[in-house]
Amino acid sequence: MSTATSSEIGGGTELSTTDTLKRGIALSPELRAGLLVTLGLALVSTIGRVMVPFVVQQTIDNGILARGGPDTALVVRLTLLAAAAVTFTGLTSYVVNLRLFRASEGGLATLRVKAFRHIHDLSTLTQSSERRGSLVSRVTSDVDTISQFVQFGGLMLIVSIGQVTVATVLMAIYSPLLALLVWVCFVPLFIVIRRFQGVVGRAYTLVRERVGDMLAAISESVVGAVTIRAYGVEERTGGRIDAAIDRHRRSAIAAQIKAVVAFSSGQLVAGLTTMTVLAVGAVMAARGSLTLGELLAFLFLVNLFTQPVQTATEILNEMQNAIAGWRRVIGIVDTPADVSDPSEEGVDLPRGPITVEFDDVSFAYPGGDTVLSDVSLTIPPRSRVAVVGETGSGKTTLAKLLTRLMDPATGRVLLDGVDLRRVRFRSLRSRVVMVPQEGFLFDATLLQNIRFGRPDATRDDVRLTLTELGLDGWVEGLPHGLDTEVGQRGESLSAGERQLVALARAYLADPDLLVLDEATSAVDPSTEVRIQRALDGLTTGRTSIAIAHRLSTAEAADEVIVVDRGRVVQRGPHSELVRQTGSVYARLHASWARQQT
Amino acid sequence: MSSAARTMSARPDTLRRGLRVVGRGFAEERKVLAVAVVGSAVYGVMTVAMARVIAHLVSTVVEPAVRAGEISAGQVWTIVWQMSLAVLLTVVGVVLRRIGAGMAFYNLQASYRRRVTRQYLRLPLSWHHRHPSGQLLSNANADVEATWNVFQPLPMAIGVLVMLVVGAIEMFRVDLWLAVIGMLVFPALFVANLVFQSRMSPRVTLAQQLRAEVSEVAHESIEAGLLVKAMGREEQETERFAEVTDRLRAAAVEVGRTRGTFDPVIEAIPTLGTLAVLGVGTARVAAGDIDAADVVQIAYLFSVLAFPVRSFGWVLAELPRTVVGWDRVNAVLSAKGEMRYGPDDLPTDGDGASSLRDVSYAYAATERADLGAEARDAEPESAPTGEQVVALSEVTIDVPAGLTTAVVGPTGSGKSTLATIVLRLVDPEGGVVEIDGRDLRSVRRGGVPDVATLVAQQSFLFDDTVRGNVTLGEDLSEAQVDDALRVAQADGFVAELSDGRDTRVGERGASLSGGQRQRIALARAVIRKPRLLVLDDATSAVDPAVETAILDGLRERSRGMTVLVVAYRMSTISMADRVCYLERGRVVDQGTHRQLMERCEGYERLVTAYTREAQERAAVAADEEAS
Repeated sequence: MSTATSSEIGGGTELSTTDTLKRGIALSPELRAGLLVTLGLALVSTIGRVMVPFVVQQTIDNGILARGGPDTALVVRLTLLAAAAVTFTGLTSYVVNLRLFRASEGGLATLRVKAFRHIHDLSTLTQSSERRGSLVSRVTSDVDTISQFVQFGGLMLIVSIGQVTVATVLMAIYSPLLALLVWVCFVPLFIVIRRFQGVVGRAYTLVRERVGDMLAAISESVVGAVTIRAYGVEERTGGRIDAAIDRHRRSAIAAQIKAVVAFSSGQLVAGLTTMTVLAVGAVMAARGSLTLGELLAFLFLVNLFTQPVQTATEILNEMQNAIAGWRRVIGIVDTPADVSDPSEEGVDLPRGPITVEFDDVSFAYPGGDTVLSDVSLTIPPRSRVAVVGETGSGKTTLAKLLTRLMDPATGRVLLDGVDLRRVRFRSLRSRVVMVPQEGFLFDATLLQNIRFGRPDATRDDVRLTLTELGLDGWVEGLPHGLDTEVGQRGESLSAGERQLVALARAYLADPDLLVLDEATSAVDPSTEVRIQRALDGLTTGRTSIAIAHRLSTAEAADEVIVVDRGRVVQRGPHSELVRQTGSVYARLHASWARQQT
Repeated sequence: MSSAARTMSARPDTLRRGLRVVGRGFAEERKVLAVAVVGSAVYGVMTVAMARVIAHLVSTVVEPAVRAGEISAGQVWTIVWQMSLAVLLTVVGVVLRRIGAGMAFYNLQASYRRRVTRQYLRLPLSWHHRHPSGQLLSNANADVEATWNVFQPLPMAIGVLVMLVVGAIEMFRVDLWLAVIGMLVFPALFVANLVFQSRMSPRVTLAQQLRAEVSEVAHESIEAGLLVKAMGREEQETERFAEVTDRLRAAAVEVGRTRGTFDPVIEAIPTLGTLAVLGVGTARVAAGDIDAADVVQIAYLFSVLAFPVRSFGWVLAELPRTVVGWDRVNAVLSAKGEMRYGPDDLPTDGDGASSLRDVSYAYAATERADLGAEARDAEPESAPTGEQVVALSEVTIDVPAGLTTAVVGPTGSGKSTLATIVLRLVDPEGGVVEIDGRDLRSVRRGGVPDVATLVAQQSFLFDDTVRGNVTLGEDLSEAQVDDALRVAQADGFVAELSDGRDTRVGERGASLSGGQRQRIALARAVIRKPRLLVLDDATSAVDPAVETAILDGLRERSRGMTVLVVAYRMSTISMADRVCYLERGRVVDQGTHRQLMERCEGYERLVTAYTREAQERAAVAADEEAS
């Protein structure tokens, strides 16, 4: 059951906010370096913001309204001093900005790379295709969310806290009562806006959903271009798209209106607070408990509250998102790799043909049915084996266990008598190569794609490989030969051609054990036969295991292993198995043969 | 992305071109934008007025009260109503401005998304082939958004313009010397904002680009997870990712440095200006030219104007995106090459016979087109010149009525192209295509789909119910749907879906397997009872046994129907009355399967590859045993 919990990537471990921060900082030590200095400087830099209110008060009380007429010299001295202070705090805020950006971006880059590496270390079980998208977002949008928060929200948060603190201190010095009044006016607003923010947040969630629906609808006009034209349903499709676009438009405008109401209520309260301060302050000033300068300084100080309070909820939401993102990334990094490299303690496989042994192996996907049960078999070196069976019989699982993309739930897989779990990855990957059905290609040239498994191979090595596989003619027919760009995921090649590239790649890697998982399923028959022959040449003197859909492969193999509902039900040469009337293989072969005539 | 960045720096006339797009937006959303602009002007005037109201209250109410040492309720009430009125008007202005701006933005977006997608539906397949689907999707989404995003900050900037003009008038009215300070501070602030935006936008663009690159590498590498693992390349992949991540880090720090430099400057300028106002103002008060309230008014004005001035920067920062976005959107909107239709109907009593005479087709081998580049080079009328790969040359085929014709050939021989040409999904470059003796170019729009249907190699399902995917909105009975699903061998699994035929299949049919999708696509074709049915490897993802059942069902149904089928499998080929063998875009031979087996070597080699291989093996095995 340990695999079940570990496959709950990022979601299962609900770290508290403090634990997230602790663990996050531990993973990115750059974040901690010099943090206290940065925060200290940040506090200094906010002092610049209260310079104007302070000087206003001084100018009015001790300058313009000084006993014996305006004291211009004092005000000029004061403004010059203040200007110097503003310049200085400006410099500190530059330093703060830079330090924050350096530390956070450095830390996040480290986190990104750690998470990326760890994703590759996770077993294919965790990497299963439906999860791949969410795994990608761990190292992209999740980290971007944190980064964006730090760049905008985080900085704003620090500045806002500093600004409100310093302003409050100055207000309290002038008049604790009026300071309290400002707080009393803003606190309820903060609460109201927070509530509003919930409404606005939900409205924008709806907008995001509608964006998704809209993009899905629009994509039909592009991806379904052939079908739409073949069936003449341009009008109908256009209508569906228009409806989706309009649903998005309406939800976006509704959200905008809600956001405007929330924002404007903030402005309204800020304005009314200024009014209240002026009215109450006038009363206090008339009674002599507040000077005119102090009252006017208050008008400036109130402005320092407006922006932080209005943006506070937004920033807090952003912060929650950032922490949630951080939590998810940490979740990935802390997911134990269930298939791990024994590295130092491991052993290397000796070079040469490999014996494969399954010792009472069973496998079940977490929470799912048993896929393989009690499989025991030995494949002698230099043999060419075909594994056949219906869809879902467990063939591919066999291949994945054999190449240690997953570990069995019970039992052992042995190569040359060594438990696979003890073999160093470096040794394993250079000796054992699997060609999956979906030959993945990178957005690069044909040459680079073929060289993927052996980066030190020269252009001539690649040419030789293609010639040996009989694929040289095909490559020459491509617009730029070996330098042809294959496009994203190889989209400018056909499915069959992609498989040819994947095969060439494996052939070039020169393994001792080659595992083919329906690696030629999309290739036309004569090419397949040609490839098959070349592979036979390659696999002479090595062990090869082919999982096959077309039984031509089985006919050519030394031995056929028939898998049915997770068990090996038959094994032996084709000629023998096909004669066992009523057997699984005989049935499979009969239906295959019917198609050939 | 990179091309967008290039365009940005290469265009000195961004301002002029951007304003032209803005003008177009104004013309299209006149009413809503009028509300936004009026609201914004109210906001602009009221912001300046607020400073004046405060100054007025200070000099007429507060100062006298302080001097008198007492304040009346009437005086307090004056403060309350004057301030409240000013606040209320400002807020009304802001509300109108923001709602108007938002509505204009979203209306324009929706309107252009509709136009762009209509164009996608209208333009021919050859145009679609030239443009990667990712680019077309981002055109309808991101490019349209980029074009109109300027309308979010624009009304505010207009209001701020009003604000500055009124503010300047106020300053001059109060005092020439203080006005001079304003004339120094605001232009300086404006320039600082401009410099900031011009420094910032390339850096932000670079960071965005690198973010996209990081995402691309992550997508590709993680999607290739199995391969990376199988080849033991985790280390190298991590290095590749770390390299681009580090470039992103450096770019993000550069963005931070720029912000870090300009934020304090942009903040310090009005602060220093305010301090100057206080200093000079005191001297002016001492000279007896103005009073304390005047100084406070101008100082207050400085502090409230400082932030809104930034909106000019926002607008200017948007303009390059506006121009680039518009260029790309316009490239789609002005794309030509729409298929022309004739006035005719196909004969109502036709039998679906099809023929191709000397048909040739080639597609461009050059890199796929980029919308941004097309906008710059003014898109050519026809397909771009350059290397052409011949898909079909001088193909002449007769698909006789009521019979099944198989098109056979190795990978890349032009079979799928042929299938699309038969139904006039694309027009050939030369030659004539006919159905029931009528040149398809003379047939009205929608005429061909009425009688002929294609089941493509890649089955495409709409994000709709199973039923919706089969009927495509046409009025077809339940019994007909039943029957079609049965022929396509889809009735079984559809019945097991959670809502049967009302089950939504998800985006592109994502909730179904490839074989299931193919069967629904097949049912969609069958239910239309076409006279001419074209199957392009349409059963490739279904199990052999199911395929046999489908073909049997079709054979029964297809009596009187003309069928053209692209196939590899012997089982499919053997149901054909005639076979047409293609190699490298040319018809090598046509005839019955038996005839071709006898006289066409390539054909014989292709269809018997497996059996021959098996025989040779048997022979080798026999030899080995003998020796």
